[in-house]
Amino acid sequence: MSTDHSKMERVVATDCGSTTTKAILIEKRDGIFRLIKRGEAPTTVEAPVEDVTKGVLNAITELEELTNIKLLENNNIIKPRRSGDEGTDIYISTSSAGGGLQMMVAGVVKTMTAESAERAALGAGAIVMDVIASNDMRPIHEKIERIRHLRPDMILLSGGTDGGTIKHVVELAEIIKAANPKPRLGISYSLPVIFAGNQTASKEITETLGSITSLQITDNIRPTLETENLMPARLKIQDLFLEHVMAHAPGYKTLMEWTDVDIMPTPGAVGLIMQKIAKKKNINIVGVDIGGATTDVFSVFGEVFNRTVSANLGMSYSISQVFAEAGAENIMRWLPFKPNMVDIRNRIKNKMIRPTTIPQTLEELVIEQALAREALRLAFIQHKSLAVGLKGVQQQRTISDAFSQKTSGETIIDMFHLDMLVGSGGVLSHAPRRNQSALMMIDAFEPKGLTELTVDSIFMMPQLGVLSQVHETAATDVFEKDCLIYLGTSVCPDGQIKGSGKPALHIKLEMPDGKSVEEEIPYGEIKVIPLGHDEKAKAEIRPLNGLDMGAGKNKKIDAELNGGVVGVVIDTRGRPLDISLNDPLRVQNMIKWFNAIDMYPQEFGKLIGG
Amino acid sequence: MGQAYTPGLKVSKYTLIEKQRILPIKGKILVEQGTKVKPGDKVASAELPGSVVIERIAQKLGVPANELPKFLKVREGDSVTTGQVLAESSSFFGLFSNKVKCPIDGIVESISPVTGQSVLRMNPVPIDMLAYIGGTIKEVLPEEGVIIETKGSLIQGIFGLGGERMGHLKMLVDSPDKAAPISALDASCKGMIVVAGNYIDFSFINKAMEAGVKGIITAGIDDADIKALLGYEIGVAITGNEHIPLSIVATEGFGKINMAERTFALLTELNGKFASLNGATQIRAGVIRPEVIVTDIETESAVKEDEYFLQEGKMVRIIRNPWFGKLAKVVKLHSELQKLETEAHVRIVEVQLSDGTNVNVPRANVELIAE
Repeated sequence: MSTDHSKMERVVATDCGSTTTKAILIEKRDGIFRLIKRGEAPTTVEAPVEDVTKGVLNAITELEELTNIKLLENNNIIKPRRSGDEGTDIYISTSSAGGGLQMMVAGVVKTMTAESAERAALGAGAIVMDVIASNDMRPIHEKIERIRHLRPDMILLSGGTDGGTIKHVVELAEIIKAANPKPRLGISYSLPVIFAGNQTASKEITETLGSITSLQITDNIRPTLETENLMPARLKIQDLFLEHVMAHAPGYKTLMEWTDVDIMPTPGAVGLIMQKIAKKKNINIVGVDIGGATTDVFSVFGEVFNRTVSANLGMSYSISQVFAEAGAENIMRWLPFKPNMVDIRNRIKNKMIRPTTIPQTLEELVIEQALAREALRLAFIQHKSLAVGLKGVQQQRTISDAFSQKTSGETIIDMFHLDMLVGSGGVLSHAPRRNQSALMMIDAFEPKGLTELTVDSIFMMPQLGVLSQVHETAATDVFEKDCLIYLGTSVCPDGQIKGSGKPALHIKLEMPDGKSVEEEIPYGEIKVIPLGHDEKAKAEIRPLNGLDMGAGKNKKIDAELNGGVVGVVIDTRGRPLDISLNDPLRVQNMIKWFNAIDMYPQEFGKLIGG
Repeated sequence: MGQAYTPGLKVSKYTLIEKQRILPIKGKILVEQGTKVKPGDKVASAELPGSVVIERIAQKLGVPANELPKFLKVREGDSVTTGQVLAESSSFFGLFSNKVKCPIDGIVESISPVTGQSVLRMNPVPIDMLAYIGGTIKEVLPEEGVIIETKGSLIQGIFGLGGERMGHLKMLVDSPDKAAPISALDASCKGMIVVAGNYIDFSFINKAMEAGVKGIITAGIDDADIKALLGYEIGVAITGNEHIPLSIVATEGFGKINMAERTFALLTELNGKFASLNGATQIRAGVIRPEVIVTDIETESAVKEDEYFLQEGKMVRIIRNPWFGKLAKVVKLHSELQKLETEAHVRIVEVQLSDGTNVNVPRANVELIAE
């Protein structure tokens, strides 16, 4: 895109989700880009409307009504901006409608090329339906049946290092050929297959798949064992997403003509803004978007970006899967009362079949937040297992020295070096109290040392991701001023102490008003020290009795802590967090911690019989 | 007077019903546009490609893949039978021979000179697509399927298990707030779709299976019993392919809940009619609800379209605690946000419960029921 956007002062951006199309209006005011208003309307990809642009126009109409700015004329976006304050300078969009981009990936060795292929697909914003590998122990006919049954939007085939043996990767191509897969949307076009494997095999792969699929060849994702080269495959995936998948979804051809830059898959755009922010602030970030059906986790560690999607972990459509995967005991342990199992099971299933309902009572809210912790915890475990160094070799990915000495195959998510956690999705962004979001994230992610906690106020990261491609300053301005809500900083020593009541940590804070706060906090507690948004406090923290704040056991650290709407949250419950349903003190402890962080209102006492 | 869009489940005595009957792969259409069909009639058929077996011929013969063509006894596209020789090599002037025999009946789909393996495909499996509902063929989609149009009764459930079943409807209870006793499941229930009232448990389902019941319509069911029945947790709400000998449609949800009066009254009226029932449920974009359809209706009356707008005076079902399952009448739609016990601020609707008390409920927590 060669258009000059330097004089841009107004942006309309939409995100077409599976159920809702969200539109935002951004304007430059007093030299800074700010979010002005947000509108939304139901997405119209499916029957009876079957035209995504209708939902987009409806969402923008809401923006018009809220701002009194004329943005539409004859069912078209007014562009460029006219005198008299009509129209917008640019229009951009992301999309996850129609189930997003669903892919299968294949590679020769499960833990090497297949895993790299999975990372490439996830990073591009896809849901990976299955990973086929030559050594995945499934009989060949089972793999063929699986490919045929799943009907992905696209397949990424990798395998072999450049110049190496071609036999195995050709064998994988033969499996795909035997399955003769049909694309999910429309039976009239050929399934896109991207080959990003041993380049020496290109001729044989073309002979095998060229006539029955829409085959594209791109650079090898593992040209040598020691290197991983994911970008060419990721870009190819996003191109094909537009050309093949989106072009077959109703109304997208028109939408593509409207936008100033290519439409991006929603998670791909979120990944982009996270990378830009991490780079700009020189920090390591973990972000999570917990939706109704899926939970996405993003991380940028030492410039290495990873994204995973837990396709069946979510708070409505998939809530039952959270229960199934976590197990009843893990859900129940977060409840400050003794639960009735049959009743809880029925409540969860009733939420699944009526996914748009919301908790009306405190008891229902507490149950949903218990489920949210487990969905987040499981999604993060999955993320850590994929965000790893290259297996079987000395790592040579472009990451900072801090991580270069890791054992190969070990996760690169080092909780002591995590600077910021970003939570988004209804259960975190719209929790009635921000304190609830803070504790849910602490319980699920178990941060160690010092970590800044934030939530995305209205989930506009997708739109900001695409915007960052056009105008990085505009995107980062809005991200910092309007998108993120700073909750505060968590202070969490690592390790455990046997026996209760022993001191865990000594903290001395120099508060912004010049006063100083000094406390010794026993093991097994949560303590909140108020420190407002835009406020900072100098801290001297000494872990005690063998605990570690990142500098070593019992070693003091000095730091500057950022405040937020919750404040400084000191969590001395130890790491790993050990909360078991069968612990006789569990209910008592839960109540103590909830009260310490002011989690729920007064009526909470009645709920727990207090 | 305020109103808001609130979709509910469709419960119609007489409505226009359209069903696409699409083959999983291209096949043959057996009916023409305008043909009248009954639920059990075949409308299309296809041959599902057989499963695939990969035979590592070169490896078994002990020859390099690129030399395999010399030893082959079959070519791509050949029909083969079990035991037929696919390739043969000999050594020591023909003294010893090594044969690779075909493990299946089918065809040789491909032989790769790179890997030395052959893809053998078993003979195709014929499948028939039934009409499932009675009606008229509105449209033929060449090689893909048909669209059947009909008028009849349609009852959508909220959750179901199992696929398409057909049978006569049999009421086992006389009131929407009662559960049918197990003793009601006698020999007369064989091949029937039974209406079991407000609740069924695992022992009821087991007895129904023993009695040869084809389908159960219930208001509520416990999730724990579904796990006991299937042997696994239902994780994602996509059902319809469970391997159980009967299908289940729950009209209200999980737990013990009274069946909506109107649903119960319609089922009572349809008692004895031939019904088509499908438990398949999908609760995401492209929602599929389980359904009961009866096309065997004599009286022609005007099709009444359901309305989906929440208005004062309309009847609703509360679909979340603390009044889960209760029926109520809309008193007022408050436009301003109100604070709940959870401290969330949401749009609410004031409703009157059957005992006369008025309560406030989030609008998201009610669904319309037709009067």
